[in-house]
Amino acid sequence: MNLNPIVLDLAVLALGLVLLLLEAFNEEKEKPFFGWLSIGGIAIVFVLSFFASQQIFVGSSQLAQFYKADALAIFYKRLALGTTLLVLIMALEFRPILSSYLPAARKNAGLGEFFALPVFTCLGLMWMASAADFVMIFVSLELVTISFYVLVSYMRRSSASLEAGVKYLILGALSTGFFVYGITWIFGITGQTNLLAISDALRVLAPASHTAALFGLGLLLIGLGFKIAAAPFQLWVPDVYQGAPTPITALLSVGSKAAGFVVLWRVIEPFLQTPAFAPKLQLILVGLAVLSLIYGNIAALPQSNMKRLLAYSSIAHAGYLLVAIASWKSGQAPVTFSFYLAGYFLMTLLAFLVLIVVNQSTGGDDIANFNGLGQRSPVLALGMTISMLSLAGVPFTVGFLGKFFIFFDAVKTGQWLLVGVGIVTVAAGFYYYLKVLRAMYWNVAKNPSPIVVSPLTRATIGVLIALIFVLGVYPAPVLEMLK
Amino acid sequence: MLNLLIAIPLVAAIAILLGACAKKTALLATALNLILTLFLVFQYDQAKAGYQFTSSVSLIPELKLAYFVGVDGLSLLMLLLTSIVALAAIWVAPQVEKLERYPNLYYASLLFIVAGVTGAFASLDLFFFYAFHELALIPTFLLIGIWGSGDRLGAAWKITIYLALGSFVLLVGLLALYLSLPQAVRTFSIPDLQLLALKGGIPQTPWIYLTLLVGFGTLISLFPFHTWAPSAYASAPAPAAMLHAGVLKKFGLYGLLRVALPLMPQAAHHWTNLLLFLLAGNILYVGLVTIAQKRLDTMLGYSSVMHMGYIFLGIAAFNPLGLTGAALLMFAHGLSIAALFALAGAVRERTGSLEFSKLGGLAKPLPFLGFTFGLAAFAAIGLPGFGNFPAELPIFFSAFSHAGNGLAFSNFQIVGVIALWGVVISSVYMLRGYRASFLGEPNPRWAGIADLCRCTRPAIILLIGVLMIAGFRPQLFVNLVTPTVKTILAAPAK
Repeated sequence: MNLNPIVLDLAVLALGLVLLLLEAFNEEKEKPFFGWLSIGGIAIVFVLSFFASQQIFVGSSQLAQFYKADALAIFYKRLALGTTLLVLIMALEFRPILSSYLPAARKNAGLGEFFALPVFTCLGLMWMASAADFVMIFVSLELVTISFYVLVSYMRRSSASLEAGVKYLILGALSTGFFVYGITWIFGITGQTNLLAISDALRVLAPASHTAALFGLGLLLIGLGFKIAAAPFQLWVPDVYQGAPTPITALLSVGSKAAGFVVLWRVIEPFLQTPAFAPKLQLILVGLAVLSLIYGNIAALPQSNMKRLLAYSSIAHAGYLLVAIASWKSGQAPVTFSFYLAGYFLMTLLAFLVLIVVNQSTGGDDIANFNGLGQRSPVLALGMTISMLSLAGVPFTVGFLGKFFIFFDAVKTGQWLLVGVGIVTVAAGFYYYLKVLRAMYWNVAKNPSPIVVSPLTRATIGVLIALIFVLGVYPAPVLEMLK
Repeated sequence: MLNLLIAIPLVAAIAILLGACAKKTALLATALNLILTLFLVFQYDQAKAGYQFTSSVSLIPELKLAYFVGVDGLSLLMLLLTSIVALAAIWVAPQVEKLERYPNLYYASLLFIVAGVTGAFASLDLFFFYAFHELALIPTFLLIGIWGSGDRLGAAWKITIYLALGSFVLLVGLLALYLSLPQAVRTFSIPDLQLLALKGGIPQTPWIYLTLLVGFGTLISLFPFHTWAPSAYASAPAPAAMLHAGVLKKFGLYGLLRVALPLMPQAAHHWTNLLLFLLAGNILYVGLVTIAQKRLDTMLGYSSVMHMGYIFLGIAAFNPLGLTGAALLMFAHGLSIAALFALAGAVRERTGSLEFSKLGGLAKPLPFLGFTFGLAAFAAIGLPGFGNFPAELPIFFSAFSHAGNGLAFSNFQIVGVIALWGVVISSVYMLRGYRASFLGEPNPRWAGIADLCRCTRPAIILLIGVLMIAGFRPQLFVNLVTPTVKTILAAPAK
């Protein structure tokens, strides 16, 4: 079966609209129904994505100039679908907490949209993966950001959630401003918004315009730095992560970052391919990577709240991903950071899934809430352990293999500064990730009653653990997808 | 065969986590492993030498990275050490009922360490060689953190972060080694790399070797990267300390002998003087620190760091005598330190403390413990009759064979003299420690304590028995490692 990848996007769009309409016209419907419907729909599209074929409209249609359907695009579509699927599963677990923070005009009010909006975010993320034109990139980016504005502040009675929403809104708008300004500069110099055309234009660009082009690129990097949570554009991350409903934090931390990286890649690739810009751009990337690595890892050390810890860890991982991009050599396939993101997707979502269940039964998301989890629920503790070990980079997990490839590239291109900083920050990472292990196994729970885990969550944890180990030893399936 | 050796402890660990009877399953697994290892040792064709029982599965063909296992004499010796110490460690581990928390996790963690270190010694692919060793890191963290004694929290953090740092330095060194090769011949397969080295095809970049030396050195507790070891061993539960000091620490030395030396002999030569200086620190500085210890467990911890100096000396000498002695001492030291930690753990269980000022006169109420502790201490000092003696002796000779210019001593000879004094140092602290804990007037507090239970005695007898076999018939083990030593020395050195 040769499916046109655009069908996937359209299917997700249809699913989102159906969900909204059903919600609007069926007040009486039990709300978990929407959860199951959205999970089922996304799962079907996820399966369909394995039948999508690349390069369906090479040069043949007008759309091809705007819409890329290469291996990278399909891979990131899958990543977006997988993330949304898991986030919706989390949302199902998260319902009780969510409804306690909503104005209760009637039972289950406002829960339906909580399942519909992530579907639209998913659409935006999928579209970003394919966008090959600045107009397209901007539209999809805004679709994602605007649905996040709503989702982050969804818990209307929680002041933390509202605060997070406002912070995200203001800084999001600011970064959008930078991004658009960057687009206008590039457009002003090259006369193009299409990335392919820009690539051609850059090659013959008059040296006098180089500075202007770099300025435009710098503005774009600021805008995207915000999306991928790289230092020094990371200020919003901890507060927004902590305040947002946890499933949305997961979506922000994985979905938004993955899509941000694929756009970053698409935008800077033309510049990296042009010898006049490559060294300067590489220098900027090295700087961003070093800052993110150091800031993320050092600031994570004293954290006592799990969501803040994961926020700083998200900044730190943006640093590792930037190391991969900064060590990229012309002619190489952009495999390393994509593989790392696939691993990041598995381990981070596993951590958030466990966090939601623990939060629900202990009433908080501090690391102290994990005390004695090893006795209360071995399954959850195992899930969290594997996730933390993979994030820290212990061999046989996908997190280690990702770091292995990153160090491989960095040593290969001789980025010794990045290698040195990387070694130190990995060791720092061991400290704060193992802090969670310490809570779960060393410390004793105040309330030792066992935690009940629903079968769906249990199965999801099992699948994620299995994937973390399988991909940690046998990465071929993911590498194959990226070819 | 080798796959089975790695799989048995892994499967047993998972079974225990799923609820199998912990102690019995673990004992069965380690006993099976010992039998398998003995079988391998006897099946190994010594006339043919080289890597045998190999099997491999390609995982990332573009990088020539594969799951590849196989053994030669040196790895067999290390596997034998692993199986013996593993069996003894599980044997002396407390009964499940005595562990307050997570009894199954305790045994599973021990078995994960065994699986990891077995895998590391059996791997012939750099990636797996490295990865298997790391498998032991987290179980150690849990073992010290949950069941440790004394300053267990500090010790657990220190060992984990120190070793994580060391192993990532090592990883960068290995990657740099791999990437320094021309694109066409890049491979993670150790035998292929060794063939390449024989043809002089590996660039001898000094700093890459230095990275490897620092990486491996941290894992071995080479001075000045040794500070994690004493506190960790002092706090760890006895079986964990046995496995870690006895076996796991030998991984770094094994790595030097298996990877760093044969592949980069000239680069190694470049750093000989640095290594000599550092190992003298191990022997002299750490030796003196050991004398100053006031507790039995930290004394043993420091002593195990100090004895690494002798092995380094054998490796630095880079001649047949030195390397053979080093390999043999790795084996003998592993057994003796495991016995010492097992016995110290048994003493702590009975007295509740290992401070010298609170011990004394224990030989009366605990004759078996006192006797075997004495034997193990003699072995550690290097008295004839135990494996350590025929291992240390050739190391001294090998150091002295590096003659100086005329009457002046060479650096090797100077360090050799220091190492000889090290024997005196180690007899001072071992005998002092022995006197303080076992001799003298029996303390009235020892009225009710019982000697080592008959059921755990075989574990100690096993360790000391093998030590004595190695002491009286070292040839058995020397024959195993001679071909490996020859291959290491075959690469062009200068």
